[in-house]
Amino acid sequence: MNEVLIIAVISLGAIGVIAAIVLFFVARKFKVIEDPKIDVVEEKLPAANCGGCGFAGCRNFAEAVVSKAKKEGNLEGFNCPVGGNEVMGIIAEALGLEVEESEPQVAVVRCNGSYQHAPKKIKYEGPATCEFAHNLSSGESGCPYGCLGLGDCVRSCQFDAMYMDKETGLPVVIEENCVACGACVKACPRDIIELRNVGKKSRRIFVSCINEEKGGLAKKNCEVACIGCQKCFKVCPFDAITMNNNLAYIDYEKCKLCRKCVPECPTNAIWELNFPPRKEKSDKKPPLKDKEAREAEQKKPTEKASPGKIAKEKLDADKKDNKDIIN
Amino acid sequence: MKTFKSGGVHPAENKLSANVAIQPLQLSKRVFIPISQNLGAPSQPVVKKGDEVKVGQLIAKGEAFISAHVHSSVSGKVFKVDEVIDSSGYRRPAVIIDVKDDEWEESIDKSEELKKEISFSKDEIVKKINEMGIVGLGGATFPSHVKLMVPEGKKAEVLLINGVECEPYLTSDHRLMMEKAEEILIGTKILMKGLGVDKAVIGIENNKPDAIEHLAQLCQNYDGITVQALKVKYPQGGEKQLIKAVTGREVPSGKLPIEVGCVVNNVGTAFAVYEAVQKNKPLFERVVTVTGKNIHNPQNFLVRIGTPVSELIEAVGGLPEDTGKIVSGGPMMGKALISQDVPVVKGTSGILLFNEQESHRAPLKACIRCAKCIQVCPMGLEPVLLAQLSDHQKWDEVEKERVMDCIECGSCHYTCPSGRPLLDYIRLGKFRVGQIIRNRSKN
Amino acid sequence: MGLLTVSGSPHVHQDLSVKKIMYGVVFAMIPAMLVSVYFFGLDALRVILISSAACMFFEWLIQKYIIKGPVTIDDGSALVTGVLLAFNVPSNLPVWIILIGAFVSIGLAKMSFGGLGKNPFNPALVGRVFLLISFPVQMTTWPVPRPLFAQKLVDTVTGPTPLGILKEGIKDKANTVQQLFDEGIKAIVDGQEVFYKLPDYVDELIGFQGGSLGEVSAIALVLGALYMLYRRIITWHIPVSYLLSAFIFAGIFWMIDPTYYVNPLFHLVTGGMMLGVFYMATDMVSSPMSPKGQIIFGVGCGVITMIIRFWGAYPEGVSFAILIMNAFTPIINRSFKPKRFGEVVKNG
Repeated sequence: MNEVLIIAVISLGAIGVIAAIVLFFVARKFKVIEDPKIDVVEEKLPAANCGGCGFAGCRNFAEAVVSKAKKEGNLEGFNCPVGGNEVMGIIAEALGLEVEESEPQVAVVRCNGSYQHAPKKIKYEGPATCEFAHNLSSGESGCPYGCLGLGDCVRSCQFDAMYMDKETGLPVVIEENCVACGACVKACPRDIIELRNVGKKSRRIFVSCINEEKGGLAKKNCEVACIGCQKCFKVCPFDAITMNNNLAYIDYEKCKLCRKCVPECPTNAIWELNFPPRKEKSDKKPPLKDKEAREAEQKKPTEKASPGKIAKEKLDADKKDNKDIIN
Repeated sequence: MKTFKSGGVHPAENKLSANVAIQPLQLSKRVFIPISQNLGAPSQPVVKKGDEVKVGQLIAKGEAFISAHVHSSVSGKVFKVDEVIDSSGYRRPAVIIDVKDDEWEESIDKSEELKKEISFSKDEIVKKINEMGIVGLGGATFPSHVKLMVPEGKKAEVLLINGVECEPYLTSDHRLMMEKAEEILIGTKILMKGLGVDKAVIGIENNKPDAIEHLAQLCQNYDGITVQALKVKYPQGGEKQLIKAVTGREVPSGKLPIEVGCVVNNVGTAFAVYEAVQKNKPLFERVVTVTGKNIHNPQNFLVRIGTPVSELIEAVGGLPEDTGKIVSGGPMMGKALISQDVPVVKGTSGILLFNEQESHRAPLKACIRCAKCIQVCPMGLEPVLLAQLSDHQKWDEVEKERVMDCIECGSCHYTCPSGRPLLDYIRLGKFRVGQIIRNRSKN
Repeated sequence: MGLLTVSGSPHVHQDLSVKKIMYGVVFAMIPAMLVSVYFFGLDALRVILISSAACMFFEWLIQKYIIKGPVTIDDGSALVTGVLLAFNVPSNLPVWIILIGAFVSIGLAKMSFGGLGKNPFNPALVGRVFLLISFPVQMTTWPVPRPLFAQKLVDTVTGPTPLGILKEGIKDKANTVQQLFDEGIKAIVDGQEVFYKLPDYVDELIGFQGGSLGEVSAIALVLGALYMLYRRIITWHIPVSYLLSAFIFAGIFWMIDPTYYVNPLFHLVTGGMMLGVFYMATDMVSSPMSPKGQIIFGVGCGVITMIIRFWGAYPEGVSFAILIMNAFTPIINRSFKPKRFGEVVKNG
């Protein structure tokens, strides 16, 4: 009996000692020296791994932030779009640095080529991804710049901040949820979505079209296209509007939200968001009906912002897409 | 009977216009000539609005190494240099010409007389082919003179002339072989001289016995040219498959046919080379099959480049009421057009009209992993896997599974019992992997 | 004229669909069905009908009320599962056991993985193995086959399958194989001594042997398989490699010791071999995709089947062998790729 016990103790003890020695050397050899600050920073980050900062995930962002802080003593050029200034402030504090505030941004869909404004000219059959449709042809509306309506942006959004509007066939951004991570901007094969400053009281003015074709051609496919008439360009008192390739673009840094350009546009391609309604006299043209509808639509989820509704809408969109997606 | 080994399908042939002689199409009132009709770098226009042009006059110059000149196909006045929708569905630069009369450049020999003597040297032939804007007429539109310039260290051993025409419906090459056989053979001789090879094989699929017989008979007068009958199997006319079938050689993955000493040209190209070298005639017209099951009289037209597709359809009795799809090229690899205004270009081998019922895909079902796509893939790929990875955006794995080897023949989607758009996803994968590879080589 | 359709090439498609494939399989199983009715009477028909109806019902139920997606019972895959499950059970199985089997096949083995095309294991086999383990008595009480026109007016008599006789007979080397053919093993039925002999090869081929209702007739099954091969529903790779490897494996032991190991041909025509080889190992969903992979799969099935038959607890190993190899399918798919064009260059 004793003998068995002794053998067991010795052999197990020997195994333990050998394993300990091996582990000791292995741990030595493969030791990774990591700045503990990385963990601290990572902890503060939202852990969405959305890639909006330009890094593969929150961990990579934390590593980059710490090495930059070590080398240069500032956090210039780093921004976590999801956490915003708040999180960047916390990180800076943790690293003992100052951080400059960056303007909060939001995604904006710059196309109004809904089923009503840009009717279908052909029928697309194939996988429900914008990228493929974009490579195949100019899309159902015929506009080579317009939204293809297959929802790559909605699928790319990790924050439930987008859904496809079935009435118009266009994506809608739920401002409340949008963190400006830029995933949709990257997902869109036509660069329709842009990140713009949120602006005071969320008020924004932008050209909801990126068609660079000549006016006639653009108008042929879509009645609310920018036709490059330059009227807004001429009326802008702040030089915020630039004309390039038959297309007006409003620089959000320069725009003072005076709203002068909006009524000028003959095709209603310029949008104003979250402004109070105009007084009658200044309103030369009644705004298009759908525009109001869409503005209301854009506000609706923010008012309710019930996660259930958003999730359901997203689910519906996904279900529709699933038809054509390879599992 | 020779053929390539693995994969392949056999779609219904539907060669409706196989016995209809080639007819010249009436001149259009206005033509739209895209200035970049070839693979490679775009060409630059050399005419401007208001210029008078003659048939065969140079209107766009291809200055890069892989590019080709474009010549006017009509005489008249340049209406403007603008953009037109081409088969890609997007607007591309084009020269629009209002047609007046039919005045040809004096240098072009318009006679029907057969000119057998080849009086040019090797370099002169290459130069001539370049000047006349000849591109591969099989559909890929690769500039022909580039193919004749064998890179340093490589040696061409055999010239293959592709008369396979494995695409269903299309008959333009078939008719050309029946009606212009001598010219094709002389063109082949010219290409052989340009390449410096003394052996050429014309590969023809076995469903064209008349063409095989006709060419085999005429071949006896031409040294070094033989005709090889090939089994009816799609994609027999794919460059790599044709080389494998005729010579037994396999073009290594990612390499060009010259790697195994082969150069492949289409019969249409051979004919164009004959006209260019012997008759001084630039490439400004080609044979286009206009066909479809709901057309009463499918035709093979000799069409000037730039003629809108609508005129071709008009010439066969107008667009049938229930047309659901217009395809430029064959049904397996052709492109669906977004309108009838698209002009005929050098690579247009046929215009195919589908009725509403034919033009829709079968409803999508779940993949049952039957592996039929793997069985039919002529490149030995796994289309189902590539499509899945591509859908999941795993581009590095897509690349590892050799997506770039795909020749986009469409056999996988053709055969899929669940109607899954495999090729669509693979094409997306190819596009993305191509981007990644280009970016990598830049850095 | 409506809108023009724009889609990627190809613009023509083969006249082939999941439906056609599935009903092709059902059609190929008709000869075996007829043979089973011939030997086991209307009982066989009863089992087949209940099993297929139950499978289709469960699929409908789950798709409609649990998944709440599109209902696709018309594609025939549930019918194939139902008939295969029926083929894999004795003809005297009580209704409630059949229902449990159908529920396990469809609910557990198929729908819980996401439905057609996503199940890693052959649903019918999962159902059968589940029943075999849960209800061993009912599942191994085999009715004795009696030709339809030679019905005797007695109650159904049960008896062992040839493989059962073999397993029992040569246990502890009590009998030689030859003795089993000539004399058989002794059993007591209703107080009387009965001898069960191994059937001769002709009986085995046409199906005059005990066993599950669909597996008895090798000829009928091969007939259906030839039809499937002709229609290209299955390829030759899995059946040929399966049969050949089982034959060679059994043959080696037979050559070494013919006294206690039976002729390999015997193994090919008894038990579920033919049914498994042609109808279940070739199941598209759960078998490998590349030709190379399919051959590996077939060899694996053949060897495992014979190992179970020689040394396992059960007399029959086809179902287990196929299920085991099903589990290896993903790794086989990953490791055995088809030969890429232009990969190995031998130019001449």
